[in-house]
Amino acid sequence: MSTYIVRRTLQAIPLLLILSVMLFALVRMAPGGPLAQAERNPNITQEQIERLRERLGLNQPFYVQYIKWARTIVLEGDLGDSIKSGREVSVMIGERIPNTLLLVGVAFLLTLCVAIPLGALSARKQYSLLDYVVTTFTFAGQSVPIYWLGLMAVLTFYVWIDNPFTGKPLFPAGGMYSIGSDKGLGDLLWHMVMPVGTLSLAWIAWYSRFFRASMLDVLNADYMRTARAKGLSEGRVLYIHALRNAVMPLVTMIALDFPSLFAGALFVETIFSWPGMGRLFWEAARGRDYPVLLGVILINAGLIVVANILADILYGVIDPRVQYD
Amino acid sequence: MTEAALDNYEATSLTQLTLRRFFRHRMALLSIGVLALVIFSALFAPLSPYGPTEQNPSNDLMPPSLDHWFGTDDLGRDVFTRTLYGGRISIIVGLAATGLSLLVGVVVGALAGYFGGWLDNLLMRITDAFLSLPSLFVLILISTVLRDMPNSAMRNSVWIVVVVIAVLSWMWPARLIRGAFLSMRHHEFVIAAESVGVGDWRIMLRHILPNSVGLIIVQATLSVGSAIIIESGLSYLGFGVQPPTPSWGNLLATAQVYALRAPWLMIFPGLMIFITTMSVNHIGDGLRDAFDPFSVR
Repeated sequence: MSTYIVRRTLQAIPLLLILSVMLFALVRMAPGGPLAQAERNPNITQEQIERLRERLGLNQPFYVQYIKWARTIVLEGDLGDSIKSGREVSVMIGERIPNTLLLVGVAFLLTLCVAIPLGALSARKQYSLLDYVVTTFTFAGQSVPIYWLGLMAVLTFYVWIDNPFTGKPLFPAGGMYSIGSDKGLGDLLWHMVMPVGTLSLAWIAWYSRFFRASMLDVLNADYMRTARAKGLSEGRVLYIHALRNAVMPLVTMIALDFPSLFAGALFVETIFSWPGMGRLFWEAARGRDYPVLLGVILINAGLIVVANILADILYGVIDPRVQYD
Repeated sequence: MTEAALDNYEATSLTQLTLRRFFRHRMALLSIGVLALVIFSALFAPLSPYGPTEQNPSNDLMPPSLDHWFGTDDLGRDVFTRTLYGGRISIIVGLAATGLSLLVGVVVGALAGYFGGWLDNLLMRITDAFLSLPSLFVLILISTVLRDMPNSAMRNSVWIVVVVIAVLSWMWPARLIRGAFLSMRHHEFVIAAESVGVGDWRIMLRHILPNSVGLIIVQATLSVGSAIIIESGLSYLGFGVQPPTPSWGNLLATAQVYALRAPWLMIFPGLMIFITTMSVNHIGDGLRDAFDPFSVR
């Protein structure tokens, strides 16, 4: 088992390396580059720019620059400094990661809690009214852009519907805490309702449809007939035999889907001004803050690799047929 | 079968069977109607009395009325006209990005599935690498870099959006086509063709590819839907089609600022994206059932 994890991790390394070379080259291609601001400043002479270029190592060949850059990341965990604020990129991202994980984690848990029962019920009662409603809902949910869902949530719960007791909007349009509040849990939850709801609604559509399909596969399997023939109770057959087998493809799906979970977070954080990594990335892209952009992408790619490895391990735990050695 | 019975026997081709199955899918048929309406309205957008970028500052932020069906925006432009023109861009980008990603995907998938071995291994590792990219983030980075390029023709081009979307979405068709080629590689008809000396390329193009047309058409339909969603998403965030050229996504971008004063700005362009992708997905669903020889519908 442990050697398997080591092998997976080793396989991930060339992937991250290639990605980092491509991204580094792309950013170096960008006109202006790190010296753009200095070049535009009339108070800085050409000579000073040359000296700056030398100090930043920009006069060296590409591969030397890359190796230097990669080495500081790996050895020192240093992603460089933001062009805009001058702060360390790793610190900026570190502040935002917990907020993103909170948002994505809560929304994802909610998604699983709704999607698995919904998909299972829908498959169990195939072609019933419930199945019809669920299928229609999932189809609509897969076709709706998540940012529009978020905008419609703002329109409904911020613009149109007011809290009947206070006369203020039912939910805040954005942010994580009210301005000047004591940052309590209640305030946080109140701010989380719309972003979490938007993300979950979109994800529930995908996952319940997927789980319905995998449940249908399982329900028609031979071992289901065997289980019933053995005289097991229907509840045991469904909840122990069927559910467990249907959950396995879901694990793979979740692992493959990780990039799109972060993409969803980027949209929702942007709409609701949620101070997470996605929002940081969006602001950095508007301001051409390349070190921040690179940093967020690398951290994201790393998180995706870790998630894939975790999913593989989990797969071995729930499916005894999978043997790692 | 007797001679007379044979005379009366009408052969049904595979295409006929497929079409017949498709026409039994009611949602798909309805969706074709809806999609046709969307496309026609986009085609005939110039018939509108307003221009897509025609401003009328004295008429800003007007609610929907008989003169302005979807209201007007902050510069007094007619939102209905802009939505129609936006549809042109969004649909063209969706189709072009799908075409390009399918082209790459089919080539990669066919080579990997047919030749197998180290080539398959290499191509699939690359595919896996692309699949585990945080693609939306990379899309935004690429678009940011490209829009800084000195060449302004390139900077504002819609085609950049097309290429960028295609570069990050060819992996799904590639995997699918690889699977199809891999399984057909050892079918009798391929072995038969090989044994009479047909070359590799001819087998791929004339024997296996036509047999995967159904798969490709279904995949193409579904990816048009997702390409439209990606394009509008990028444009919404400000990294896709650039204003003043309208696209469904960038129409929504300015709308959020006016959420309180002009909520209608947010509703209609998004509704168009929703209706269009929903129709496209229903058609894809219908096609999938129609091409499936084991379908019982």
